[in-house]
Parts: sequence; structure tokens; C-alpha cells
Amino acid sequence: MIVTTEETREVITGNHAVSHGARLARAQVISAYPITPQTQVVELLSSFCEDGSLDAKFIQVESEHSAMAALVGASSVGARCFTATSAHGLALMHEMLHWAAGARLPIVMANINRAMGAPWSVWTDQNDSLSQRDTGWMQIYCESNQEVLDTVIQAYKTAERVALPAMLVLDAFVLSHTAEPVEIPSQEAVDDFLPPYEPDLRLSTEDPHSFSGLATPDTYMEFRYGIQKSMERALEEFQRVDDEFYEAFGRRYGLIEQYRTDGAELLLVTSSTITSTARVVIDELRDSGRHVGLLKIRLFRPFPGELLRSLVANAKKLAVIDRNIGFGVGGIFAQEIRAALYNHIQIPVFGFVAGLGGRDVRPSLIREVIEYAETHEEPEDLIWKGVKL
Amino acid sequence: MDENLVVPDAELLTPGHLGCQGCGAALAMRYVLKALGEKTIVVLPACCFSIIAGPFPYSALKIPLLHTAFETAAVTASGVRAGLDCQGDSETTVLAWAGDGGTFDIGLQALSGTAERNDNILYICYDNEAYMNTGVQRSSATPWGAWTTTTPHAKRKFKKDIMLIMAAHRIPYAATASVAYPEDLIAKVKTAKKTKGTRFIHLLAPCPPGWKISSEQTIKFARLAVQTRIFPLYEVEDGTRYRFHDISEPASVEEYLKAQGRFKNLSEEDFELIQEQVEERWAYLIGLAAMTGAGNG
Repeated sequence: MIVTTEETREVITGNHAVSHGARLARAQVISAYPITPQTQVVELLSSFCEDGSLDAKFIQVESEHSAMAALVGASSVGARCFTATSAHGLALMHEMLHWAAGARLPIVMANINRAMGAPWSVWTDQNDSLSQRDTGWMQIYCESNQEVLDTVIQAYKTAERVALPAMLVLDAFVLSHTAEPVEIPSQEAVDDFLPPYEPDLRLSTEDPHSFSGLATPDTYMEFRYGIQKSMERALEEFQRVDDEFYEAFGRRYGLIEQYRTDGAELLLVTSSTITSTARVVIDELRDSGRHVGLLKIRLFRPFPGELLRSLVANAKKLAVIDRNIGFGVGGIFAQEIRAALYNHIQIPVFGFVAGLGGRDVRPSLIREVIEYAETHEEPEDLIWKGVKL
Repeated sequence: MDENLVVPDAELLTPGHLGCQGCGAALAMRYVLKALGEKTIVVLPACCFSIIAGPFPYSALKIPLLHTAFETAAVTASGVRAGLDCQGDSETTVLAWAGDGGTFDIGLQALSGTAERNDNILYICYDNEAYMNTGVQRSSATPWGAWTTTTPHAKRKFKKDIMLIMAAHRIPYAATASVAYPEDLIAKVKTAKKTKGTRFIHLLAPCPPGWKISSEQTIKFARLAVQTRIFPLYEVEDGTRYRFHDISEPASVEEYLKAQGRFKNLSEEDFELIQEQVEERWAYLIGLAAMTGAGNG
């Protein structure tokens, strides 16, 4: 059955929100390999291609590495490209993530955050995507299924404007397999918002060029400079696209969202679905008169450092919850935040690591985090929460 | 006149390429592009040709060229094909051009995937029988008895039979070819160009520094490889119909082996063993062809 092209409201999983996003963005070439918990994304996209809801070529490859390689080829000739993966699939793609960004191809991918083995895990944490931090991909961490669908569309618009690939990220099972009501925009509205992909350069027999050939020490560095400049531009573009999206669809998410931060002395900083639980705790504490607020970091690459500094300028302390661990250092978001502040603002940053491998991060744990930061003066780089010792 | 006997004049590989003197791969590319023409996109993984084609911003090819990672030639070509198809371009030939390391070893998985899907690309492996670009390390295409820097005496494993692996995928067209037989090579590339689906050509391209031969001997050894049946010329359609370009009186392998520096550590017994292997393999191929219902061409 061909899905409706009219605006609808349906109860769908995060994975299906991804598929609908790719359908509405009119992805032309999709290439993917199955991995738990991503499979439903590609199953639904396969159905869309089969029943004509989406006019795309679906290349069913033999590995994630090949999935990204196929998209490097397709994007080079000017096709809008999509894939989805998770954990070990993303790790296997690593080489091609560098290639896609280096070749300046605006491929969009959904990564379902899943903990890395060994030992095996299928549950959520962020080490898979954060391990790809320096590949030149934009990274956007999503909190709800609506945000997931909307972010696919926003990601294409931003990626194509700055000629860099974009990865949207959602938590395994907590979002990927959880159904929520989602406004699915009409095809017409998305077409108005997102024009067809028209690259400045494409591989073509009409105008033959060599792409990505050997760059000597005399030329290589300028390619890297170009990527960094485009990342800096992407900060502005992503905000602009979010504003345009708001005008078109009435929803916006920001690069960093502030939640009940007025007069907050302690700011809790979260990403992804831990944010939803944190909202409940913040409501509770605010209503009992505590001076706490919440920042949700949505855009991780490029990192919105300047914006962050403006948002924390009046706070006395930060407490960061990381569902990831940079072994030998601590939570990765906490490190990024400290790095963004250090030359500009002196403010204690408490780093908490929690919820690895899909362990629940409950309201009680978040209350403890806040309590700890409120009652300690000296910040600590790494505080484990919920670990059984 | 049979159009297959006409070698087009147009040169799509320019003289400014960076191949070594006597490079079999550069010669091979020149002939192949004559057969394919301008409506061709080349996908190039890491291999000698990543260098031969010239550094940024130069290109020795007059057609578009996409460099990609080592193990991805076939599937990147599949992606280019899909990208062209969805824009209505079914005319352009997509050529994946990879060395033996990128085909027999690190790129085999992606190649198998492309062949299993029967994606509409032409894959040519120019086989110089070792990792020549990195300085002559053994690959699974290196023949038994050959010196390389990682088989300092001689390799004691047999060359992987890539053609039978590809034929087992039942792709519509697979062929071997040699730079010593340009008319045959061009005819095969033209046949491949006209065929839809995954097409595979295994092209022997001698490497003077890697084989330790002098640069004017490329053609001599490419020809001897065929004449000794070390590298027989044949085609396989749909994995079943074999067609051989038979050599009525094969030369002895000794002539081929003795004159190459890379085989200098071999003994008389080794030559005999290689001769036996070549004859055994030929008999096996002929038997396979008879079993699957084909004759000699």
C-alpha cells in the first residue's frame, strides 16, 4: 500500500520516523546492511521502494563498509543518498566516513546508538557515534521520534548547503523501538522546504574531472581547512535551517535547548533521551523552589561552543551526564564542554558517567546527580553513577 | 570489416601518466579506454593506478575518475551506477579498475556482493601479481615460486583462481585478457561493454620492477604467460559457457620462469612442479567447460 502524501499524525517508532524522514526527503539512492537495532529503518524503506512510495534505488550490500562506499559513488554523481546503521556497523564504516566527508558529499545517515562490544550489547550508549567524532560528519542527537523525523529533513538541507555529511543519532530501543505520536508532514510541504539536490560539482562525462586523487603536502592541508571552514559555517546554517523549519512546520529544536534555565545556579547538561527524564526531575525541583535548569545539547558536531558560553554565563555550576566514556579521561560531552569554556569562562563542570550499555537512567539517579553537584564545591572530572561495585 | 578488429585512434590516456617504463597496467588502461570510449566513468581504488593517473589537480585520463578506498572498487562503482540510473543515464559505462590486491584480497567481499546483485558495471582487474605500488609484497594473486619482499625466498602458495570464483557467481560475462593480445583484449572489452550486468575481466599486466624483468620485456612475458597456459585466454558466459583461445602447442613453463628475476630461486624440481600444476589446471578447466556444456572458440 502506498503511504499517503498528505499530512498525518501517527503513532510510530523512532526507526519508522527515520524511514519516513528519508522518504519525505526523497532519497534517491539508499544502501544499507541490517544490524540490531536499526533493521526496521531499512525494512520500511525497502517496502517504500517496493510499493512505489519512494522512487529510490536500494542497494542491498554485503556490509556497512560497502553501504557507505556505494553512497560515496552515488553521491559523487549527484544523487541524494541515505543509510542507517548502528554500533559495529558504524565502526566498520569508519574509513568511508572519512572518505565521504573528505570528498564533501552531503550523505545523511541515521545511527541508532548502541553500545560497542566486547562484550556484546544491543542496548544504548553513545560510544559508537562519539568514536566517529573527528571524521568530519555533523552529528545531531535526538530526543523524540518527532525530532528524529524532522532532523532527517533538516540534516539534508544543512548538509547540502555546506557540502558535508550529517549523522542523526537516536537511542537504541528507548527511541528506536518505542512508539510515539508523530506529525508526518505532507510531501508537498517537505518538497517546498527541501529543494532537489543540485551539487556545484559532480562526476560527469560532460565535464570530466578526477575526484579525490592524491593530494601532496603542497595541496592536502587546504582541503582540511575547507572542511573546518564549512563546519564553522554549518553552525549558522543549522540554526537558519531550524528557523526555516519552524516557519514551515511550526516545530524547532535549536542547537542547544534551554529548559527552565531562568535564574538557574546549577545547569544540568544532557543529550538524547536522558533529557526527557531530566525534564521531569527539573520540573519537580523547580516547583519545590530549587535553582536548577537543563541544557540539552542537540548539535555535537560542529560543537556550538559560543552558544554554550552564552547560555551558561550566569550559572554557578554545570553537571554533565554522559552516556559514554572516553577511556582514560571521562565523559565525552563533559570534555567538550570544558574545552569550550576553558579559555573564556571559569565555571566548575562536574562530569557524571551513567547508563552505559542501556542501563536505565532513572529520575532518582538524576536527582542524585543534581544533589551531588549542589553540595560539592570542588568539581570532579569523572563521577560514576549507577555502577555496581 | 569486423568492428572488433578496428582499434580506435582516440587516446583517452595521455602520455603524461606516471607509470614506470614498460608498465603493463598503463598499456592495459590505454587499450581498455580505446574500447570503451568517452562515455565512461572510472572508479579507482588504491592501486598503482592511483599514482599513475597523476596527483591533484592533474589527471592523465580524459574521462571522469573517482578515487575511492582500497576495498571498495566494485561497490563504489555500483553506487555510481545507481546514481546515474536514478538520473536517467543508462548509457555511461561504469568501470571499476583495480589491481590484484584490491580484487583477490581486500576487495573480494565487495566484488562478490556486486556480482551477486549482478549490478550493471564492468570490473577489470589488472593483475601484476603482487602489491606493486607498496613495493612488491605478496598477494593471493602472486604465483607459486615468485619472490616478493614478503616471500624473500619464494612464495609457496598457489595463486587464487579469481576467474572460477567470479564464474561461480554466474555473472553474464567473465574473461581473461593480456596486454600482449590487444585485438583480443579490445574485442573482449567491447563484448563486455555491450553486456548488461556484472562483467569481469582478469587482465594480466606485467610489472617490470616487480617481476624483475627489463622494461622492454613486458609484452614478451605477457605473451609467454598465455603461450605456456600459465595464463590461458578464455571467456565464460553466465558462469557456464566457456570459450577458449586455445594454444595448440603450449610452450614449456621453464622459458617463462627462467628469464624472470622473481623466479630466480626456483630449482629444476620447482619448474617441473609448476609445469604439472599448469597442465593439471588446464585439464581441469577443459573438463569444467565440457561438463557445463561449452566448446572451444
